[in-house]
Amino acid sequence: MEVLVASAVGILTATGLYLVLRLRTFPVILGMSLLTYAVNVFLFASGRLTIGAPPILTDDAALYTDPLPQALVLTAIVISFGMTAVVVMIALGAYLGTDDDHVDDPIISDEEDAL
Amino acid sequence: MTHWIIALIVLPAMLAPFIVLAARYHIGIQRVFSLVGVIALITIAAGLAWTASDGTIILYQLGDWAAPFGIVLVGDMLSTLMVLLTAILALFVLLYVIGSGWDERGRHFHALFQFQLMGLMGAFLTGDLFNLFVFFEVLLIASYGLMIHAGGNERLRAGVQYVLFNLLGSTLFLFALGSIYAETGTLNMADLALRAEMIGADATVGIRVASVLLLLVFAIKAAIVPLHFWLPSSYAEAPGPVAALFAIMTKVGAYAIIRVYTMIFPPQLEATSGLEDVWLMPAALVSLALGMIGILAAKSLDRLVAFSVIGSMGMVMVAIALMTPDGIAAALYYIVHSTLAGAALFLIVDLVKSSRPSLSLVAMSPAAGASLTAGLFFAVAIAMAGLPPLSGFVGKLMILDASFETPFGVWVWVIVLAASLISLIGFARAGSIVFWKAESVPVVEGDEVFERPHALSYGAVGGLITLLAAYTVFGGQAQSYMMSTSQQLFAPDAYIETVIGSHGKMSNPLSEEH
Repeated sequence: MEVLVASAVGILTATGLYLVLRLRTFPVILGMSLLTYAVNVFLFASGRLTIGAPPILTDDAALYTDPLPQALVLTAIVISFGMTAVVVMIALGAYLGTDDDHVDDPIISDEEDAL
Repeated sequence: MTHWIIALIVLPAMLAPFIVLAARYHIGIQRVFSLVGVIALITIAAGLAWTASDGTIILYQLGDWAAPFGIVLVGDMLSTLMVLLTAILALFVLLYVIGSGWDERGRHFHALFQFQLMGLMGAFLTGDLFNLFVFFEVLLIASYGLMIHAGGNERLRAGVQYVLFNLLGSTLFLFALGSIYAETGTLNMADLALRAEMIGADATVGIRVASVLLLLVFAIKAAIVPLHFWLPSSYAEAPGPVAALFAIMTKVGAYAIIRVYTMIFPPQLEATSGLEDVWLMPAALVSLALGMIGILAAKSLDRLVAFSVIGSMGMVMVAIALMTPDGIAAALYYIVHSTLAGAALFLIVDLVKSSRPSLSLVAMSPAAGASLTAGLFFAVAIAMAGLPPLSGFVGKLMILDASFETPFGVWVWVIVLAASLISLIGFARAGSIVFWKAESVPVVEGDEVFERPHALSYGAVGGLITLLAAYTVFGGQAQSYMMSTSQQLFAPDAYIETVIGSHGKMSNPLSEEH
C-alpha cells in the first residue's frame, strides 16, 4: 500500500515535471495537471494511510482515518481545477492571437531590439 | 472579540460581486463603489493598527471554533501594518486607474481589483498555513485577470508564463503543507510553533524538508534569485497601475518569510538552523546585485523598473536573513518604502508610455507633460536608488547598521553600496535618455500627437511621493514603531498564548491538552 502510493506520487511528479519542461502550452498544462494529481495524493497520504476505517472520531473509536487531509484535498482539487481552466483560457487566447504556443519568450534579434 | 478584522476580507468580497452584477455597465458607479470600499478599508485598517500598536493581539475565531481546530484571523503589529500599507497603496493605484482610464480598456477591472484586495488582506491576517495557501490562490487568480486586463498578444503571452509559474509555486506550497501536516499534525501557525519545538533531534528530516520547501514557495512569491524569472516580463507587460498594485505582492512573500521564520522555525530552533545564513543570505545578496545590474542593462523603461523591484526585494531579504531584531526592523522599514517607491515608478512608467511611442531607452521627441513626468521620475529614482533626502537612504542606512556586527557585515556593506552605485548610474542613464535627450530630437510633422495625461494621474503619483517624503520626515517614529514590531515578532509567546489560550467551541477548559 505504502509502496503503491509513494510510487504513484513519484511517477506522477516525474512525468508532470518532464511535461512542464516541454515549454509548449499543451504539454505544460498536461504536466501541471499531473503535478496537481500528484500533490492531491500526497496530501491525502499526509494523514497516514488507514484501510477500511471511517473518518469519524468518537470517544470509543479504536480505528479512524484522519478527516483533515481529506478536507484539504477537496480544497486543493477545487482550486487546481479552477486554475487549470483559467490557464487553458489564457493560453488559448495567447495561441490564437500569435499563432505560437511557446511558453518561453521569443528570441529578439538586435535590430528589433533597437527599435 | 472585535468583528472589525473580518470586515477587511468581507467588504471587498461583497463589493466585487456587487460591482459585477449590479454595476456592470456603469463605469461611474463602479468607480464610486471601488473608491468608497478602499477608503473604508483604510479606515478599518488604521483602526486595527491603532488597536494593535500597544502590543495587543487581535484574535478572531471564525465560527467561534477554538484555535487549533478552527481557522483564526490574527492581527498583531506586523499584520496590521501590512494591511494598512496595502489599503493605502490601493487608494493611490485606484486614483491613477480612474485618472488614466485604464478601467475602461477592458471589463471587470474594479471587481478583480476588489478580489485582489480580499486575497491580500486575508494573506496578511490569517493565522493558519492552509488558509494562507487559499488566500494566496484568491489573490493570484484575481491577479491573473488583472495582469491580462485590456488584452494584447504580448500581454497574454506574459500572462501564460506568469500563471504557469505561479501554478508550479502553488503545487510546491501544497507539497510543503502536506509534509508539515504529516510531521506535526497541525497547520495552525501558533500550534505549529509549539509542536516544532517538540520534534526530537533524531527525527527532524521531515520538518527540515518542509521548512525548505516553504522557504522556496515564499521565495518564488518574493522573486528571490534564482526563482525570479517570472517577474520581469510579467511586471513589464502588465498594465501600469496593475504592476503598481503588484508591488505589494512580492511583499506578501517577504511577510510570510518573516512570519514563519520568526515564529514557527525561529533561528534558535535546532532542526532548521542554518536556513537563513547558509541559503537565504547568499540568494538575497545575489538578487540585490542582479536586480541592480538589471537596472543598468535594461533596454526599456518597464524592464528597468521590474529589475529595480527584484533589487529592492533582494535588499529586504538581506535584512530579513540577518534574523536579528534590528535586521527585521530595518526590513520592515524598507518594505514600506520600497512598496511605495516601486508603485510610484510603475505609475510613472505608465505616464511615460501614454506620451511616447514606445518605452525603449532611445531618445524620442518630447511629448506633452514630459517635464512634470521627468520631475516625478527624478524624485522617485532618488528614493529607489537610496540617495538622501528620501526614505530609501534611511532604510539602507538601517540595513547597513543592522548588519555591521554580524559575520556577513563585510559582504552586505560591499554589495549594498556597490549595487546602490550601479542602480544610481542605471536610473541616471534612463532618465537622461528618456527625458533630457528628448529636447534634442525635433518634432516631426505628422507624428502621432499624444495627449497630456490626466491631472488625477499626476495626483496619484504625487500622493505616493508625498507619502515617501512624510515617511522620511517621520523616520524616527517609524523606526521605533518597526523596532517594537520586530521585538513583538521575536517574542511570539504572547501571540501563541492568545491564539491557543482563547476559548471557543471544541476547547474544553477541564481537559486541556495544549
